[in-house]
Amino acid sequence: MNPLWIVQTLAVLRLELRKTFFSKRGFWIYLLALAPVVLFTGHSLLEMKNHRVCDFGQDTNIFATVFQIFFIRLGVFFGCVGIFMNLFRGEVLDKSLHYYFLAPIRREVLLVGKFLAGLLATIVIFTSSAMLQFIGMYLHHGWNVVSDYLGSGNGLSHLIAYLGVTVLACIGYGSVFLASGVAFRNPLIPAGVILVWESINSFLPAILQKFSVIYYLKSLCPIQIDPHAGSFFSLLSINADPMPAYIAVPGLILLAVAVLVLASFQVRRMEINYATE
Amino acid sequence: MPANDRVVFENVSKFYGDVLGVNKVNLSIPPGITSLVGPNGSGKTTLMNLMSGLIRPSRGRITVLGIRTDQPDELFRYLGYCTQFDSFPKGFTGYQFVYSYLRLYGCAHGEAEELTWKAIERVGMMDAARRKIAGYSKGMRQRIKLAQSTCHGPSVLVLDEPLNGLDPLVRAETIALFRTLAEDGMHIIISSHILHEVDAISDQVILLSNGYVVAEGKIAGVRSEMQDHPMQILIRCNRPQELAAKVFAQESVVEAQIHKDGLGLLVKTRDANRFYLMLNHIAQNGVSIESVAPADDDVNSVYDYLIGSEEPQK
Ligand SMILES: Nc1ncnc2c1ncn2[C@@H]1O[C@H](COP(=O)(O)OP(=O)(O)OP(=O)(O)O)[C@@H](O)[C@H]1O
Ligand SMILES: [Mg+2]
Repeated sequence: MNPLWIVQTLAVLRLELRKTFFSKRGFWIYLLALAPVVLFTGHSLLEMKNHRVCDFGQDTNIFATVFQIFFIRLGVFFGCVGIFMNLFRGEVLDKSLHYYFLAPIRREVLLVGKFLAGLLATIVIFTSSAMLQFIGMYLHHGWNVVSDYLGSGNGLSHLIAYLGVTVLACIGYGSVFLASGVAFRNPLIPAGVILVWESINSFLPAILQKFSVIYYLKSLCPIQIDPHAGSFFSLLSINADPMPAYIAVPGLILLAVAVLVLASFQVRRMEINYATE
Repeated sequence: MPANDRVVFENVSKFYGDVLGVNKVNLSIPPGITSLVGPNGSGKTTLMNLMSGLIRPSRGRITVLGIRTDQPDELFRYLGYCTQFDSFPKGFTGYQFVYSYLRLYGCAHGEAEELTWKAIERVGMMDAARRKIAGYSKGMRQRIKLAQSTCHGPSVLVLDEPLNGLDPLVRAETIALFRTLAEDGMHIIISSHILHEVDAISDQVILLSNGYVVAEGKIAGVRSEMQDHPMQILIRCNRPQELAAKVFAQESVVEAQIHKDGLGLLVKTRDANRFYLMLNHIAQNGVSIESVAPADDDVNSVYDYLIGSEEPQK
């Protein structure tokens, strides 16, 4: 027999998964995840149609840049806004949160169950996307080149790193947006503020940099973007002092846990006052 | 195990910003059927939400069977709450609404299924259980909420206007259900804004008005308490002195005072209905009366509910 809180967490998880995966409100998140897949696959198909093959190294750099600049900072970011911010916020708007609050279940357990549901949804959606992007990008290079890259080159470790970073991004942004969905009425304002905060991260004093998600993710990306590439975006991703994974991974998880603990205090104090919303 | 068998409010106040929800409430509710009665906005739902920890008191302390209301994991083992909120988790059927609650409670699938059907049967919703709640009528929603709040066998059942929207037959059945549950030693706390709807089944009544508990006790006691409590009525008229003399002759009048501005009379009476009738009589004899209005609105409105009198004639 499992301890009660595990049974209850699973019960919350089951109820929440229907919402995090299949909400009509969240349809655009799938489009967001699909966009880079379409981009890369389209590119490959075009090259194949013209019987051309791109420079492998160049493709790898493009993948790295799109991954860091678009996929993580915007795709996973807004995906987490859409899913995690609605975990509590959406139920206040639907006036259904009292259903949970009237069950003999600790509010902390509710929070964990909801967080896991959001996490499962975002991880499935965005790691699938990252995987498909990878396939799409290298499609036109042919199987021999790709299997060489995966087998004897560092392709496999890159792929694993990308998937790992995606998972960690979901954990990091998920915790942050779950918390802001509890603390704020209007989700767009904190989302905007956090977007700016994350973007200017490279320019912040070292101590402040640690209070952001991207700070940890940057160091874990397998290919650092060349700051001399000259584009505005590459400036954003300057990583002056990359951390080793054994610091970055626990660092990020610690950040997420701290944010969730703060959110749980807030949830404990939450009142059902639908009338005033 | 619960520490005692009472629902206790100790000097509880709740403010929504500047708006008063309830003020300085002291109650100790024993098992049996207790009715919270008061007009719209008098604070019934506020008291019930406080009891279930959905809102926190601004001041004071509440315990249910000795359990603090900020411990939902303990509290809802013993408490079931059928709310006035008419909203449900999206896409649920009646069955899922009850079943999922039991899963949250910690029941395994088989047990949850069994208890769900039991609760649904108790409220006579077997036929509609597999349908989406979104398509339910008001009375069906009311009944499925009742099923959910009783499915886990609570010892304190809090019901916010549970008879709303029920047709007379179902209403009678539901009241009979409350009786049966109360006979088993349960607390049943029912709110209503119509006293005669609940007074026949209540062991005790708590009268609320504008956020205050104005009377409390066995139903007969409450009636006489209301009769003993003199009511103030302000009469605007052209010759208050003359009126005062006539009014004073009435035995139900406790006090009559000329209003500060000299243009009215403030009367305290134990029997408002008789007084209103008598006033009509006086008015026909020379004094021209502009207006008659209760000077303390709370008690008057509650009094009306209690006695069920018709509108006072003006
Ligand atoms: N969320 C809220 N924000 C502000 N004021 C509120 C809120 N909820 C209740 N109130 C106020 O508190 C007072 C008591 O309201 P409450 O809902 O407890 O009354 P009630 O007796 O349940 O009324 P009804 O018969 O309409 O259900 C009212 O003046 C109401 O306007
Ligand atoms: Mg109410």
